[in-house]
Amino acid sequence: MLCDNCGERPAAIHLTQIENNNVVTMHLCEQCAAAKGVETGASVAKFPLGDFLASLGKTAGGEAAEDAKGLACPACGATLQDFRQTGRLGCAECYTTFEPHLRDLLRRLHGSAQHVGKRHAGPAGEAPAAAPAAGAPAPAGPGVVELREQLRRAVEAENFELAAELRDRLKVLE
Amino acid sequence: MIDLSLVPDGGLRWLDASGPMANIVLSTRVRLARNLAGVPFTGRGSEADRRRVLADVDGAWQAAPLARGGVRFLVDELEPGDRLLLHERHLISKELANAAAEREGASHAAIYLAGSAGMMVNEEDHLRLQVFQSGFALTQAFSEVDRLDRALAATLPVAFHQEFGYLTACPTNAGTGLRASVLIHLPGLVLTKEIAKVLQGLNQVGLTFRGLYGEGSEVVGNFFQLSNQTTLGKAEDELLDHLGKIVRQVVRYEEQARQVLLRDAPTIIEDKVWRAYALLRYARSLSFEETMNLLSGVRLGVGLGLIPALSVYTLNKLLIFTQPAHLSSLGMRAPRDAEQRAARAAYVRGILEEEAARPA
Repeated sequence: MLCDNCGERPAAIHLTQIENNNVVTMHLCEQCAAAKGVETGASVAKFPLGDFLASLGKTAGGEAAEDAKGLACPACGATLQDFRQTGRLGCAECYTTFEPHLRDLLRRLHGSAQHVGKRHAGPAGEAPAAAPAAGAPAPAGPGVVELREQLRRAVEAENFELAAELRDRLKVLE
Repeated sequence: MIDLSLVPDGGLRWLDASGPMANIVLSTRVRLARNLAGVPFTGRGSEADRRRVLADVDGAWQAAPLARGGVRFLVDELEPGDRLLLHERHLISKELANAAAEREGASHAAIYLAGSAGMMVNEEDHLRLQVFQSGFALTQAFSEVDRLDRALAATLPVAFHQEFGYLTACPTNAGTGLRASVLIHLPGLVLTKEIAKVLQGLNQVGLTFRGLYGEGSEVVGNFFQLSNQTTLGKAEDELLDHLGKIVRQVVRYEEQARQVLLRDAPTIIEDKVWRAYALLRYARSLSFEETMNLLSGVRLGVGLGLIPALSVYTLNKLLIFTQPAHLSSLGMRAPRDAEQRAARAAYVRGILEEEAARPA
């Protein structure tokens, strides 16, 4: 079905309205819908991962990303380049290999990189490292001194979003 | 052809409309993404890796009490029509349905079903556990999928990171691995043009919406899937609680919109829903999209009490069984579009006649 407005592009948005007591359905392509000011799911809900991936090399940790270009996961051989292309990691070990980049990405995707939900209680004989109670700082997490340093750097870099998060984490620790 | 009578309720128990708010919220689904430690994710794994995942998971499933009486389908062994059928029932994702073809019959992808619980194996993640419930039932659905998760975790080494939580192939699922979604019918908000505002609002509160078939699908018949967008940094109950609150609010908006329609345009609305009913009851050719839109109109009529003698169960059933693979499975093999439309109209007519003949 072609767009009712331009008649060129395929219609992607089907808008049903009541106009003067008549139900009218318009079939619009994304561009024409946007031009008409129709706020659609397509225009508001674009999957953000692509943008995040594209910006991986540019923002905080950007230098590290450049350094990591040749870095390959020792377990599965996947590189950061592979991840950028597919949006998928190769294996669980990738999370450790590319940890700094992923922490940054996860923070931007989810607003946090610190898991607070259910923890895996492994099969008998394979107990996971001591799990902290929910809300308590993770034992592997950075200490107060390191957080302060990160906070200072975040403020310097004018990364206030990160700074706010670090400040909140410091508050909890102190 | 697979024998879906092997599947308890055909995997469609949620159709019975027994759950809370089942008129507006058709179904609730909660899924958990999990991967086995020490094996590459499905996309990067070798055939041997995928075979091993299936074997390990199979053993764990057999040992889980929840799995008793369940069934397993190996996607590589299914005919394309059957894969589509399972997809139309929302039991397998498009990715899983296509996996066999993409990996030339060596995907080792599988679907397990037991009651309202089930799991996909060798999808994007090794494991996608899921539970379907009728109506608006987030807590119930989560508690069941959680039980399955705990049972499997007792014997399977799961990829888990102290900081990042459960590790998934796509970082958008990491942390809890939890995606909760409700299939919701919002004709009132669409007709009153409030829908764009509501959908935009969803985005601002960390939720997302999709079409009838989930990711990448279009919205048809005013059916929307609302789900959480983030999976990390909040505990499972927080994520569910947040989604639940917003869904309740959306349902309230929808009910208000319906009342506005009834108040301001009663004749238009009554005419619209009865026209939709009349077309479904007597038409001789129906496309899928038209059927969905008419079902939406009739569903609105039933919800408003304008069409009394029609059950939500029948509406749910029509929604599922008028899809292409379902028409084929009913013996209505219809290779050509025109024939399929005729077959669809005949099927809908039959069901509605039967329902109309039943004493109220």
